[in-house]
Amino acid sequence: MYKYDRFDAHFVRERVAQFRDQVERRLEGSLTEDEFKPLRLQNGLYLQLHAYMLRIAVPYGVLSAVQLRQLALIADRYDRGYGHFTTRQNLQFNWPKLVDVPEILDLLADVDMHCIQTSGNCIRNVTADQFAGVAGDEIEDPRPVAELIRQWSSHHPEFSFLPRKFKVAVSGAAHDRALLKAHDLAIRIVRNEAGEAGYEVLVGGGLGRTPMIGKVVRDFLPKGELLPYLEAVMRVYNAEGRRDNKYKARIKILVHEIGVEAFQARVEAELRAIEPISPVDETAELARIAEAFDTIDYARLAPRSERFEAARARDARFAAWAQTSIFTHRVDGYAAVTVSLKPVGGVPGDMTSEQMRLFADLAERFSLGEIRVTHAQNLVLPHVRLDDLHALWLELADAELATDNVGLITDIIACPGLDYCALATARSIPIAQAISMRFGDAVRQAEIGPLQIKISGCINACGHHHVGHIGILGLEKRGQESYQITLGGDATENAAIGELLGPGVTAQEVPDAIERIVDHYLARRLADEPFIDAVRRLGVDEFRAAFLGTQDEAA
Amino acid sequence: MKLLDRDGVRADTFSRATPGDRDLHDRPIVPLESLETQLSSREKRHVGVEVSNVASVEQLAPHFDDLALIAIVFPAYSDGRGFTLARRLRNAGFRGVLRAVGPLIADQFAHALACGFDEIEAPDAIAERQPYEQWRRAGASISLPYQQGYSRANSIFEQRRLARRGECNA
Ligand code: HEM
Ligand code: SF4
Repeated sequence: MYKYDRFDAHFVRERVAQFRDQVERRLEGSLTEDEFKPLRLQNGLYLQLHAYMLRIAVPYGVLSAVQLRQLALIADRYDRGYGHFTTRQNLQFNWPKLVDVPEILDLLADVDMHCIQTSGNCIRNVTADQFAGVAGDEIEDPRPVAELIRQWSSHHPEFSFLPRKFKVAVSGAAHDRALLKAHDLAIRIVRNEAGEAGYEVLVGGGLGRTPMIGKVVRDFLPKGELLPYLEAVMRVYNAEGRRDNKYKARIKILVHEIGVEAFQARVEAELRAIEPISPVDETAELARIAEAFDTIDYARLAPRSERFEAARARDARFAAWAQTSIFTHRVDGYAAVTVSLKPVGGVPGDMTSEQMRLFADLAERFSLGEIRVTHAQNLVLPHVRLDDLHALWLELADAELATDNVGLITDIIACPGLDYCALATARSIPIAQAISMRFGDAVRQAEIGPLQIKISGCINACGHHHVGHIGILGLEKRGQESYQITLGGDATENAAIGELLGPGVTAQEVPDAIERIVDHYLARRLADEPFIDAVRRLGVDEFRAAFLGTQDEAA
Repeated sequence: MKLLDRDGVRADTFSRATPGDRDLHDRPIVPLESLETQLSSREKRHVGVEVSNVASVEQLAPHFDDLALIAIVFPAYSDGRGFTLARRLRNAGFRGVLRAVGPLIADQFAHALACGFDEIEAPDAIAERQPYEQWRRAGASISLPYQQGYSRANSIFEQRRLARRGECNA
């Protein structure tokens, strides 16, 4: 893992002192609430319905056991004993007090963590493929680039008062597990014809009120030229992004309004105007950062583990869990294990401090001390020996962390919704819980197979509902919660926005509506055909009839 | 309005001249529209111009050598366009004084200086609520930033480069 050098450490401490000073000046009146707002937001501090919420950055989803233990301590000492992992790979605490925040930040800095730019109209915490450095389909580990961008964008003098938030994602793999096309800017590590690694850059994706899929603005950017290119993109956006209407202020609207070609031309012109007086030596920086990620001493193991195979054959529950939870590691004899934070009927993404401590211990014993956070609000133990899988599973089960539903219908993404969020128009968590209860039976879930449900409590789409195979959007109609259901969204390299199935349904009706869609799929699928493929083959209209309960007439 | 720079609060040696203004301004700041006439009728190098944050480098570049000062208006502290315009003007070679005009707050002092501004013309209300000491402190709160080429201060990336070459004794 990346470890702060003395410069990073010093920077983060200064940032803490700076925020402490800002809080003091707010409390004694030098800063008005209006003036303080962007300052606290740039430090991850939101005002929610009932209290402040503090969003802690987990850069590109990489977390150590030591860090998770510190988060548990903060949860106990300053919050209510739990935290919430989000779709942006961050962790949120829902109940901190303003005056405690500087101390929390100091505790975070003790373990190389911070809340910098987890909110506000600035370049946000960079996200990445949760299997970075582990996946076999990877051209290159994207974490060094992500870390470089984290540093470059921290407290940026020019890009801290942008028209709107700016989210960056990075991946180095063939398959997109980082939702690249739904980001303001995304970087994909690719190879050119000469076999050199470089970057494909996409711009203008985003969810929210007007969902859009990102477009390629540079198909091959040579390594070493990334930061000036990012600077050019940001400068064009900062100067020209709309500021008259906050719903039109994201870069996706600018790119959409002027067109990709015009946007490209402006970026290239800006690039020519940037005088690289003293450009950052990116190659050397990337090499320095990469070294920190390369320290893992894997054992030389056989690709096949007899112990694992025997346990799988012996224990059906273990086999079912292994089936959904294991991701092939690029190193023989190891696996990356996704641990579901979606117990049946539970709150997606929540974790108690007790579970955090236990999980930290397991990470140290079984996964070289490393943990990843996924955008689907689950955790990953990235380096588990196949030989150890059964022992790990037993311990996870003891901690109620062995739910075997990763990627299945009850592995639901849900935003906090009306239970916490000041912008919510409806609840999301109870809807997730109701669906989870309805489909909780392990055999039934396995029978249905991979299916992603994503729920947002308002049009802002924090729960990614647009790209859910089934998306659920909670709205308010005449004082009543009303849920719109979409179908056919896709969060992978085939990114697609789901289509609306019909009029909204009430909270109580949601599980039935989902069940009608699922039943239709089960009746119509070909052997082994996953849900999303069946939707593509059969078309949304057919499912619409099922959803409306009119398929008899429609048939 | 109060004028703040790296050294403290100072008196403004410039004054606003409006079109048709008959007063003799020693060092006028004129709107962009009347810049050409002002430049032709005055001793150059004493003239400043005030522009909105959507002005372009192309409009100003031809006058760089004649202009003593460019003032960029910030309509609100949350509108960061002025930072980009300042940076573009510096990239394009403007070496005169750059002034930020408007309701910036102390916490943006560092941003402004790093983007190439020399001074801030802040409304009295803000300058009174936020005495210069706060600007000084906020401006110095990050002693070594990451971004390279933005301020006079060294950057973290540069320090690391020097360390790699064994030139760093810090
Ligand atoms: C206090 C709670 C929150 C508030 C006020 C909030 C606010 C917003 C707003 C206003 C947007 C739309 C932005 C736009 O379109 O310009 C948005 C989008 C988003 N937020 Fe949140 N959010 C909150 C919590 C969360 C949480 C808990 C998560 C993760 C689970 C999250 C992740 C996202 C994501 C992924 C998007 C969509 C990305 C996109 O718009 O491109 N937010 N949020
Ligand atoms: S989608 Fe809406 S309700 Fe849900 S967290 Fe985002 S802003 Fe709040």
